[in-house]
Amino acid sequence: MTGEYILRVEDIHKKFNDREILRGISFNVKKGATIVFIGPSGTGKSTLLRCINQLTEPDRGKVFLDDEEITGCGSRISGYRQRIGMVFQNFNLFDHLTAVENVEIAPIKVRKMKKEEAHAKAMEELHRVGMADWAHHYPAELSGGQAQRVSIARCLAMDPEVILFDEPTSALDPELTREVLEVMKDLARSGMTMLVVSHEMGFARSVATEIIFMEGGRIVEQGSPLEIMNNPKHPRTREFLGRIEHT
Amino acid sequence: MEILSVLLEWGPYLLGGIAITLGLTISALALGFCLGLPLALGQVYGSRPVRSLIAVYVWFFRGLPTLILLFLFYFGVFPALGLDFSAFVIGATVLGLRGAAYQSQIFRAGIQSVAEGQMTAALSLGMTRWEAVQCIIIPQALRISLPGWSNEYPELLTDSAVCYAIGVAELMTRTSQIVSVTYMTMPIYIACALIFIALNYGGMRVIRKAEERFAIPGFGGKAVQP
Repeated sequence: MTGEYILRVEDIHKKFNDREILRGISFNVKKGATIVFIGPSGTGKSTLLRCINQLTEPDRGKVFLDDEEITGCGSRISGYRQRIGMVFQNFNLFDHLTAVENVEIAPIKVRKMKKEEAHAKAMEELHRVGMADWAHHYPAELSGGQAQRVSIARCLAMDPEVILFDEPTSALDPELTREVLEVMKDLARSGMTMLVVSHEMGFARSVATEIIFMEGGRIVEQGSPLEIMNNPKHPRTREFLGRIEHT
Repeated sequence: MEILSVLLEWGPYLLGGIAITLGLTISALALGFCLGLPLALGQVYGSRPVRSLIAVYVWFFRGLPTLILLFLFYFGVFPALGLDFSAFVIGATVLGLRGAAYQSQIFRAGIQSVAEGQMTAALSLGMTRWEAVQCIIIPQALRISLPGWSNEYPELLTDSAVCYAIGVAELMTRTSQIVSVTYMTMPIYIACALIFIALNYGGMRVIRKAEERFAIPGFGGKAVQP
């Protein structure tokens, strides 16, 4: 089994106070795969992503990146986080930096890249997400869709092996959602390994290699988009999909 | 006419106090900044013992009148440590230590006002907590703190007059000396007050310029208008 997967998640448990958010989540991710997590709100999808890059420390369970265990690795976690990018629902762009500075700061400070080299890399990534013309604008001057595209560029500038998307379009209107999804589709086609928490079923249908339906901190059902969307086996999956199709 | 001749005679001596008053104020402001920021970081990110120690420091320096602190350091702490510094150095140190206690609370509020997602995003990019604090949190916290921090200048400027009590030859000391020689109380004190007002106005203009220099679109907060 090892070697075949770029990311392995084994039996992750997480409690906040007495509330059990994750109750033993396990799955494997092949290189280049796009896994879309769906499920009702408060079911632990975002917590799961944060447990993968250890922004939230799981109570139990293991995460492996390329067969290296990253759970409980102490200060080495910063090194692993460079290899696992993350895109947030609220973009979390650094408010005091322009778009290009947002993208180049991590390569400069973390990877110790020369400023000119990092700037060129940042411009290349901004170009890739269609934001090169906005390089010298501050986050407050960007629309939600533009800000999210910059945050994707910021993530790409670190050349991650996996990107975690935590509801990247939830804060956007349909028009802005479309421009962000286009960038994500291009990324998926380029072979980037992506784990996406999203209710964008059109995106899931066209790009996902696997859909995982979660509820109550557990994986209820997982399978290919065709299996999950056309022929869901579990009644809860059917009920959930029926509900979001009518909204 | 007599007032005019007194002012002409003593004016240069009085104006000479400006450099001392500004020296006290700027040294104290700088010391307060250099100490206040680490104190604020310690209060937000430090361990429980560190936070407790800083709380005691802040409580002590904010809890005592400046005059008592000056006497404690001038007659007690400095001699006990075998340090033979001038009254100016002791005055600037006390004002700076006291200012640090106040400034630390301004910066602490600034740090805590930075959205939590900023730290999360920095960590997710592979920054260590310290790198995130240095590159992301401090630059934002300082901008947020600037309006509150701008009050420190007039505060320290006016507080510097207390150094009169330990014999620093600043504006207030010189004013009192001139009054004791000329017996022209009101004109001399009014001249002194006008100098303080001018220094206050000038300093706030500089702070306002700094605020404009560091302003960022969408980032709230403006320094107090002079």
